[in-house]
Amino acid sequence: MPDQPLLDVRDLKVSFRTRRGSVTVVDGLSFSVSPGEILGVVGESGSGKSVSMLAVLRLLTSPNVTVEGEVRFRGRDLLTLPDKEMRAVRGREIAMVFQDPMTALTPVYTVGWQIAEQIRAHEKVPRKEAHARAVSLLSDVGIPDAASRANSYPHEFSGGMRQRAVIAMALSCGPALLIADEPTTALDVTVQAQILDLMRELNAEGSAVVLITHDMGVISQIADRVLVMYGGRAAEEGPRRAVFHGPRHPYTWGLLDSVPRVGGPRLRRLPTIAGMPVAPGSLPEGCAFAPRCRLRHDRCEERPVLRDFGDSAHRDACWLPDEDRASLRLTSRATATDVPDREREATP
Amino acid sequence: MLRFIVKRFASALLVMFAISVLVFLIFFATPGVDPAARIAGRNADPATLAQVRHSFGLDRPMPIRYLLMMRHLLIDRDLESFVNRGSRVIPQIVQATPVTLSLVIGAALIWMTAGIIMGTAAAALRGKAADPLIMLVGVVGVSLPAYWLGEVVNLITQKQLHSSVFSWVPPPGYVGLDHPGQWALHLLFPWLTLALLYAGIYARLLRGEVVSALNEDYVRTARAKGLSERRILIRHALRCSLIPIVSLFGLDFGALVGGAALLTEVVFGLPGIGKLTFDALQNLDLPVIMGTVLYAAFFVVLANALVDILYARLDPRARHA
Amino acid sequence: MSAQTTTAEVLLRASDVTKHYPLRADGLSRRRKVLRAVDGVSLEVRGGETLGIVGESGCGKSTLGRCLVRLTELTGGRVEFDGQDISTLSTRRLRPVRPGMQLVFQDPQASLNPRRRAGDIVAEPLLVHRYGDGAAVRRRVAELFDVVGLAAAHLDRYPHEFSGGQRQRIGIARALATNPKLIVADEPVSALDVSIQAQVLNLFADLQEEFALTYVFIAHDLGVVRHVSDRIAVMYLGEIVELGETEALYKEPAHPYTQALLSAVPDIDDGTLSDEVPRERIVLTGEVPNPVDKPTGCPFRTRCPYARERCALERPQLTVTASGRRTACHFPLID
Repeated sequence: MPDQPLLDVRDLKVSFRTRRGSVTVVDGLSFSVSPGEILGVVGESGSGKSVSMLAVLRLLTSPNVTVEGEVRFRGRDLLTLPDKEMRAVRGREIAMVFQDPMTALTPVYTVGWQIAEQIRAHEKVPRKEAHARAVSLLSDVGIPDAASRANSYPHEFSGGMRQRAVIAMALSCGPALLIADEPTTALDVTVQAQILDLMRELNAEGSAVVLITHDMGVISQIADRVLVMYGGRAAEEGPRRAVFHGPRHPYTWGLLDSVPRVGGPRLRRLPTIAGMPVAPGSLPEGCAFAPRCRLRHDRCEERPVLRDFGDSAHRDACWLPDEDRASLRLTSRATATDVPDREREATP
Repeated sequence: MLRFIVKRFASALLVMFAISVLVFLIFFATPGVDPAARIAGRNADPATLAQVRHSFGLDRPMPIRYLLMMRHLLIDRDLESFVNRGSRVIPQIVQATPVTLSLVIGAALIWMTAGIIMGTAAAALRGKAADPLIMLVGVVGVSLPAYWLGEVVNLITQKQLHSSVFSWVPPPGYVGLDHPGQWALHLLFPWLTLALLYAGIYARLLRGEVVSALNEDYVRTARAKGLSERRILIRHALRCSLIPIVSLFGLDFGALVGGAALLTEVVFGLPGIGKLTFDALQNLDLPVIMGTVLYAAFFVVLANALVDILYARLDPRARHA
Repeated sequence: MSAQTTTAEVLLRASDVTKHYPLRADGLSRRRKVLRAVDGVSLEVRGGETLGIVGESGCGKSTLGRCLVRLTELTGGRVEFDGQDISTLSTRRLRPVRPGMQLVFQDPQASLNPRRRAGDIVAEPLLVHRYGDGAAVRRRVAELFDVVGLAAAHLDRYPHEFSGGQRQRIGIARALATNPKLIVADEPVSALDVSIQAQVLNLFADLQEEFALTYVFIAHDLGVVRHVSDRIAVMYLGEIVELGETEALYKEPAHPYTQALLSAVPDIDDGTLSDEVPRERIVLTGEVPNPVDKPTGCPFRTRCPYARERCALERPQLTVTASGRRTACHFPLID
């Protein structure tokens, strides 16, 4: 079956038990990743983008977390897999790279040792051979003089080099899926460009990638498909071109419009999204974005589901009429720019 | 490495010099303390006192007296006790050292092993019933006074149950290493007593370190690599948590070898450094005090140097700093 | 040094400012190493404008910002504020100058005392500079809260009760308290979510208009810097490599580093850019060298795709090109 998705997440729900009751961080999220594609997941803090990916790999270890739903990877539900089988998936079939390369490696072991450790956790290979593979992986991700750098400790690497090393480690067992959680956020822009190139290369070699970021620019450069998240739910999803050229959800409009750009016309005032990102725990019954939406109406009391209008790949969760979203966006942008925003955030 | 050793050695000398001056001043410059009267004994007449003063050089200026004492102690090695005339200081210390070392090294092995196992287990089982239970055992150990605990142990093993369960326990005292079996048997309960006092603190500390290490990003990375929980706990979390523990251990070990195991030594009748210092202090026997204090300072400095070396081995980040 | 702008309209002038941090000698070599955080920077800021300072981490932009308001002592050079040399003033003589120049920090969490109420934090500079009696201070604080878009109800809350954007508003209110002419903002929006970032950027724009403020805006985000700045200085390894009008600089960078920096920014392709000429993408190899061991000659030559022999031998000076751009390059990309 060629079009069977590699990863198929259905109705994922993640909640934390806190002193003030249960807080839902991911609320009925469904998405899928096809073999070899790059899915960009975008959203602000609290959108649940990182948590949902940690839940997929079952890396939420706190006893206060409940994960419900279905995470099908190559047909198997990861959420019901025995621990031992899950460990065989982690690192070998699905690898993950985290945001901060400075703290992602254990400080007391050499970089080469840590890569070899992962290889030996999944394959029966002698120590020497694992080390040799670590060296060639490091050289593949562009670390000069890899044979001697493999014997360096993480603190002897710069941030960009460490992120390369972390990526080399993630690639060590040839995973079918790489989940990268803000892999370039802690890096300088010239280094970010290098790391994004690296992700493109490994994607070209056949790995599917889920790239989590808050940076619409990064998504626009690299993703095949885009998932926009807000308040633990999917707001919009679709092919990159469709989402960037014809965004349908008011939150996506806000994200696109409020970023100051390096090209195009310069605005004196930026269009803003009113208010603050919704806090987990105070999710409204209806549309999560409604409290900040300028086009809110009665229907928004009811929770919208992801639906498409003709193009089955491009879906959004909004009650606005299907026709002339583009002109609605222009109206909404005009009001977002004119009103000085200081009156709006004033309410506690 | 050579630079490091030279630097360490120089700072050790400086520390020991400063301490010796301090001890000297406390005893000789304190008003109302007359060493001559102590040496001459009770009810000595003024003539005898004057003679004692002269023969011990106590009528010389203070710096000269300090230098004289140091010369006798370190160069001629014939400094004598003020109280037990004729008994020299250096041999006394040389005799007491192996006793204290035997006690402290054995106890340290026990408490580090127990502390690491308890701390790691508690961290791994946090949120379960075993965690507070292990920590409770730790607190109880810390809270018991050494003197009392030692006496209770003695009471049980030497009196109450000596005729039944503990008939194999030898009487208090020390047997040299030339009889290894007896040596270990004599030291068994002193070891356990001293170790119990420290194991709890180390377990508590290590638990905290391991728990916070388990929340570190690198542990998350290790999990994402597909490593087993056991490997993550021991090779990653515990390994990194040992770093701060080692520096604490160095301080404790140095202090104990230097004489802080005093109470345990007294209770179990072990003629170690602690006991020697204790007796000397009671008699205000300055030469012995000077000797043991310098010995203690030496071990504290030595232990610290060893910790630094060990630290650099454990933490690559400390190597070039 | 160019004197193309007259002194009258220049509010802040930095001449050959350097800030070096001596590092602890490693003992083996006698030579003490020096970290050249800021290495010979000259610029001027005109009244009412926003000068953006942009560069990657470690380029010295934050240190320069602190030098400009003398929150740190200069190693060399001078800074004139409002016609007065502030780089050598004694602490006492500096006191009356301080209210005129204020700093807004990157991390509002770290720059606000967590044990003080928001109102007290904003009142502090007023009390320090003896603004008036208690009632006058309270009135002024309430006014400032209104100006930055915080409610009166927020006065008695503690910093942890605010969101990141609101905390930055408190930081801005504190900076505004003494009616400054100049505000140096060091990465003021980089810790904020994009939707909040836009709100705070708009606030900066509104305040500039309302109070005729002059900004020095330090950031690493090229989109943000372009949005706020009239002119932009690009820094690399403690030096300004290019300085010019924002639009011209973004359209036609003169320095290879500026060009590489701009080409590395992943811009949003929303269909509106398609008619523009696609920018040439230059991916720099390697990383920024350590400012302790700066390359000889041009600091950028080790990563520059156009470097030639001369670049290693001779340090290029910041000179004015025919088109009025200032750039420190032997072989600028434009005339």
